[in-house]
Amino acid sequence: MTNDPVSERIQQEISANPVLLFMKGTPSFPQCGFSAAVVQILSRAGVQFKGIDVLTDPGLREGIKRFSNWPTIPQLYVKGEFIGGCDIVREMYESGELATLLTEKGLLAPAS
Amino acid sequence: MATVAGIEDKLKAAFQPIRLDIVDQSHRHAGHAGVRASVAGARAGGGTHFQVRIVAEAFAGKSRLARQRLVYAALAEEMAGDIHALALTALAPDEAES
Repeated sequence: MTNDPVSERIQQEISANPVLLFMKGTPSFPQCGFSAAVVQILSRAGVQFKGIDVLTDPGLREGIKRFSNWPTIPQLYVKGEFIGGCDIVREMYESGELATLLTEKGLLAPAS
Repeated sequence: MATVAGIEDKLKAAFQPIRLDIVDQSHRHAGHAGVRASVAGARAGGGTHFQVRIVAEAFAGKSRLARQRLVYAALAEEMAGDIHALALTALAPDEAES
């Protein structure tokens, strides 16, 4: 699709990590309230995820916006699919859609 | 800098919303890295963080991603510039509680 090295790296990360969050800061130390909110939601949902800190890499910070055609961070990917940012993840968590999605993708044991 | 009035004009033109609420929340993020980086935001003490709730027919039958993409597209200029964050709720008329 593209020879852009940043896009290639993003694609590799997305392929290698079933639940991947591009964020500001790290899951332990988020540097932005919106990133922190998504970390908290994923933790509450009980799913394993990898966080990539875009603040350590300006190329990645701009590259992920181009890659997803989405102007803001955080950005959540599940099994290669772009899910959205903080608003969407929060809405999906509150409606139960996030748990359904994660369960369907085999990332979460079905609720007993 | 991005202003509530400027955002309102663009969203009204793009979506003819039934309801539109915009709040400038920049003061809640004063001192935040993104705010400091924005000269306009630092000078004016606003215009970087907004909360938008919009109800419009244009969102009916569209996914959450599609709705946000439509709004981001309408505000492309602002998103590329001063706006650091936009907390967005985009609803179709039948989803909004009046």
